[in-house]
Amino acid sequence: MPAMAGKTLYDKIWDAHVVAHADGDEEVFYIDLHLIHEVTTPQAFAGLRAANRPVRRPDRTLAVADHNIPTEGQDLGVDGVADAEARLQLQTLGRNVEEFGIEFFPMGDIRNGIVHVVGPEQGRTQPGMTIVCGDSHTSTHGAFGALAQGIGTSEVEHVLATQTLRQKKSKNFRVNIEGTPAPGVGAKDFALAVISTIGTAGGTGFVIEYAGEAVRALSMEGRMTLCNLTIEAGARAGLVAADQTTFDYLMGRPAAPKGGAWEMALSYWKTFRSDDDAVFDREITIDAAQIAPLVTWGTSPEDVVPVTGNVPDPASYPHADKRASAARSLEYMGLVAGQPISEAKIDRVFIGSCTNSRIEDLRAAAVVVQKALDRGLRVADHVNAMVVPGSGLVKAQAEDEGLDEVFIAAGFDWREPGCSMCLGMNPDQLEPGERCASTSNRNFEGRQGRGGRTHLMSPPMAAAAAIAGHIADVRDFL
Amino acid sequence: MEAFNHLDGRMAPLPMANIDTDQIIPKQFLKTVDRVGLGAGLFYDLRFTPEGRERPDFILNRPEYKGASVLVAGDNFGCGSSREHAPWALMDFGVRCVISTSFADIFYNNCFQNGLLPVVLKPEEVQALMDEAQGGNHLVTVDLAEQTVVSPTGLRFHFDIDPARKHKMQNGLDAIGETLQAAKDIDVYEMRQAISQPWLERA
Ligand code: SF4
Repeated sequence: MPAMAGKTLYDKIWDAHVVAHADGDEEVFYIDLHLIHEVTTPQAFAGLRAANRPVRRPDRTLAVADHNIPTEGQDLGVDGVADAEARLQLQTLGRNVEEFGIEFFPMGDIRNGIVHVVGPEQGRTQPGMTIVCGDSHTSTHGAFGALAQGIGTSEVEHVLATQTLRQKKSKNFRVNIEGTPAPGVGAKDFALAVISTIGTAGGTGFVIEYAGEAVRALSMEGRMTLCNLTIEAGARAGLVAADQTTFDYLMGRPAAPKGGAWEMALSYWKTFRSDDDAVFDREITIDAAQIAPLVTWGTSPEDVVPVTGNVPDPASYPHADKRASAARSLEYMGLVAGQPISEAKIDRVFIGSCTNSRIEDLRAAAVVVQKALDRGLRVADHVNAMVVPGSGLVKAQAEDEGLDEVFIAAGFDWREPGCSMCLGMNPDQLEPGERCASTSNRNFEGRQGRGGRTHLMSPPMAAAAAIAGHIADVRDFL
Repeated sequence: MEAFNHLDGRMAPLPMANIDTDQIIPKQFLKTVDRVGLGAGLFYDLRFTPEGRERPDFILNRPEYKGASVLVAGDNFGCGSSREHAPWALMDFGVRCVISTSFADIFYNNCFQNGLLPVVLKPEEVQALMDEAQGGNHLVTVDLAEQTVVSPTGLRFHFDIDPARKHKMQNGLDAIGETLQAAKDIDVYEMRQAISQPWLERA
């Protein structure tokens, strides 16, 4: 790299947060915002207590209950949670946040929801920040030009105690998405296209910055979807430089700066963009116009086909191990090589998760559902479809806009917020062999329930599948 | 993490090789939300019958070894999974030092994250301690500064330990402890940030 080369967005955030040198390649690295939830924190708090340490910055910490909560009957409170272990984890979080003075939106609070929906919604997520959470999809917050990464429980404790992490710098990777997508194609399709292009380990060791015309044109919700799935490409963090879209989204949010502070923040945030002469260790460009609505056919997020395509033949892969894993995936998924993916008949539809449960996702799905209703169509008889808003506020806004009525009229189940069937830690799970059109982020074996078969896709595609009863091309419904 | 410097304690013999982490803390105890309290599950299947009754013959259930803070064990202690619940359970039970001829790598590392001192001695030294522990006198002295174990009858054994690990152990430093040595730098960073980004300060 030439000595005078400019800096990337990632370089700038990194440099702004180094506190001190640690050991070897590691720096002590400041964390501006720490998001926590019930599942990965109990031992971290126990560790603090055992060592008699306080939480250094409770004001920089925000807690939600999302991973294991039921999506019905939340008004009954934690005591109404049937699963005793889930209940205990929730009660433990409640006690911990009280003891350590951390702001908490408990289950049933309208501000509660999936941790990666809540942070941005409250305006806690801001450009140029460093953000961590004990959940790998923390990458979501990169949509704001914030460096956001998932961490383990020991690191959760480290951040609680020190408000820092010991970290080694990653390399820079830029993904440019240029051009204009076709109608029916959006951020979820972009993300699946990126993962299928570079593979699930393609981003390992890198922080990915998304740039290009098609990324700039995305809403904040779309950018969050794109950054959310960055971890599925192997990179711990994804970034989109903040711009007017970001600032418009942030303005007026509860934790966003106000008045004079807003102007001051704005000029600070605007410095966080890659210099024109910044050097990236790797760079690729994707043409948005070439992307069709995409779905996954296998058990890895890189197993992607256009909705008009066919299930691949394992024999077509050059490497023996990929041939073997593709064959295993097809068997697990109950699919046959060469069959059109649209033949896959579905049993369940899940519209939700930190990937796609924001208001814009629900609107995009509701458009498809409304058009179906106008044609006298409803959710196919054999399909059980559910919509799980990302937060209480998303749910309330959707209800204000009448989206719930659209979904309910078509036969969808309208649920209360939480992670739900993204990981099935609560009662929302697939039965063995059930096939699900899902807007979530992982199609791993058993992810949504033992033996369950997950096809990842965008919210409008999932809505189309619900109506058609099989994987369907959303463009036929627009 | 608790510092470890000097310990005068009761020692209990576990004359078995390859005591794995599944034996140290069985899987049904990993669902806990805490890492304290795991002492209840320590050596669960060795300590209790399937019906949950104490096995009176197991060494840690015998009155003369109750409250032991030093375990003397056979080769390759702590093999098996990486669960940090193993040192957590030992510590919670009151054990501060394990003496053996060898330890599994991961367990050995995990001990240093938690203030549990693993001491490696020669086979004949471990055997000598084992013999004494099985007799009537169980009081042993472990001194980290001196790197010595003194047996109940006054036999004195030297052990080796990595100097950096020794330093962390003596000062009770884990990764967090080490980072907290940079606490002044963190203070300065936060003071600067409060001035340059005042909107981040939430009263
Ligand atoms: S919705 Fe899924 S991926 Fe997102 S935070 Fe919850 S469990 Fe993790």
